[in-house]
Amino acid sequence: MPEFEPVLLANIGKTDSHRRHVYESGGGYQALRATLKDKAPDDVTNMVKDSALRGRGGAGFPTGLKWTFLPKDHPGPFYMCINADESEPGTFNNRILMEDDPHQVIEGAIISCYATRASTAYLYLRYEYPLAYQRLQQAIDECYEAGYLGKNILGSEFSLDMYLHRGAAAYICGEETGLIESLEGKRAWPRIKPPFPAVEGVFRKPTVVNNIETLACVTHIAARGVDWFKSIGVPPAPDNPRDPGSFGPKLYCLSGHINRPGCYEAPLGITCRELIEDFGGGVWKGRAGKAAIPGGISMGVLTEAEFDTPLDFAGPGKAGCLGLGTAAVVVIDETVSMVDFLHNSCRFFAHESCGQCTPCREGTSWSLRMLDRIRAGRGRIKDLDLLLEIGDTIGIMPGTTICGLADGAAWPIKNAIRKFRDEFEDYIKRTNPEGWMVTEPVEALEATGIH
Amino acid sequence: MAETSRILTEEMVAEIKAYFPRYPSRQAVTLPALHTVNEHLRYVPPQAVVEVAELLELHPAQVQDTLTFYGFFKQDAPHGKKRVWVCRSISCALRGGEEVLSAMCEKAGIHPGETTADGRLTLEAAECLGACEQAPCMLAGNDLVGDVTTESAEEFVATLE
Repeated sequence: MPEFEPVLLANIGKTDSHRRHVYESGGGYQALRATLKDKAPDDVTNMVKDSALRGRGGAGFPTGLKWTFLPKDHPGPFYMCINADESEPGTFNNRILMEDDPHQVIEGAIISCYATRASTAYLYLRYEYPLAYQRLQQAIDECYEAGYLGKNILGSEFSLDMYLHRGAAAYICGEETGLIESLEGKRAWPRIKPPFPAVEGVFRKPTVVNNIETLACVTHIAARGVDWFKSIGVPPAPDNPRDPGSFGPKLYCLSGHINRPGCYEAPLGITCRELIEDFGGGVWKGRAGKAAIPGGISMGVLTEAEFDTPLDFAGPGKAGCLGLGTAAVVVIDETVSMVDFLHNSCRFFAHESCGQCTPCREGTSWSLRMLDRIRAGRGRIKDLDLLLEIGDTIGIMPGTTICGLADGAAWPIKNAIRKFRDEFEDYIKRTNPEGWMVTEPVEALEATGIH
Repeated sequence: MAETSRILTEEMVAEIKAYFPRYPSRQAVTLPALHTVNEHLRYVPPQAVVEVAELLELHPAQVQDTLTFYGFFKQDAPHGKKRVWVCRSISCALRGGEEVLSAMCEKAGIHPGETTADGRLTLEAAECLGACEQAPCMLAGNDLVGDVTTESAEEFVATLE
């Protein structure tokens, strides 16, 4: 394998890396110039399709294919929504890009808008990123000054406006149709699909929703080409004709019980163990690892024995996790109780369930109430089976909810209890020697504040 | 009916109207308008909802419906001069985030979501602030504070202006 050269983080660490002149001095906006001069929009779409770029926001859907779902004969306008509502616990790669290299993202966004014929781009930014807000606004202003945004960009026929739109602290706004509803000024309740946003998105017009890191990848594909992108990562499995592979560089977030937490760039397919040892300097305090979240908390957990799982789009699924997610690895050391881990996860999802679908609204808060009771020494073995039943029945995979939030709530429950069943049973028997075997209904504790 | 005094200042109205050209619908200005009011008043009282609705050509109930979804905008009383979000999600919890929040609450004598009697501080339990490499962390106004300890958190409360 050739030496890996980071591109997404290449500018980070330079003085004033967030300013346009610094970005341009490293060749910034040359890809945009070349694209507008030499390529038709469909050429760009085909380039991204050929690169097999998959969305970096969590679902891993092929980006170029998403763009081709836009209607060909629609009078417009077309919109681009840039998803910067990064809120998945453990995830901060988009924040790093927006704070320290926003022009890399904006260049990719402009190229992507050109490809998708979008005339307006809304960058939906979570409220909790005030520095990113300030730097993105400065970067957008700098782009208008330079003629990269506005009317007739660089003398072409292409015009584009870009606006920042701030959220208000709700995880569900990262779901693409929740984002659209929120942008429209409504409660962020995800829409039933179809129609998909490409056909009917924001303001009922064709819309593409792409993640920050995805758009940064578009910048580099335009600058360096499809062959370069496909020289990095993992090709499709030969026995699976539907596998688009896992190509390109990826930003991995590393946090939790690790010596050197941080955001690191590596080829897709690095293993969880390599990430922990080579980038993170190993588990902290000389302790052993017990488990790790492979890609944000909604992806579930890997046991220490599963740390050699490759973190490409197909890897975590083979270890029973939901997927690669946001590639945010959270390391959990041997001192942590998985009961506490699961309680934290259930509290998060009970808080962030938008309340639209009953199985998710009730399932997430019921799970939290059970975990509260277990931690208070009043758990029953039967609770584990109830938790698993909830885990197996909420979400778009069992087909009971509109969006995937519930699948994300379910996976930590299913993984933690199935992979650490003995620990949960021991905990319950030890803390509730009188009542662990009870199977009749029991009272919940006094309601704990979810919000 | 008694005349209710207007809450939105001309300045706020101008700031809200400046958003109109960005969107093809007035309703899309709901969140920017609520943020504008909140930045000026530190809360969004019901009368402000009525006035925002007038500006956006909506029913007050539509604005209120959106507002209450987020749990972000207070309506009864302004939040403190400093609003601090302390992260309790997994990466921070693994490194002492819950203890930081408890220590701050104890030091300030309030529960999460409450404001000190002197109006200096509002503490909030936050879900992932997206700064997990600096865990445990908190967002104090516009400032991200990383690698917080219970000692530095108590110090923060004690020295807050």
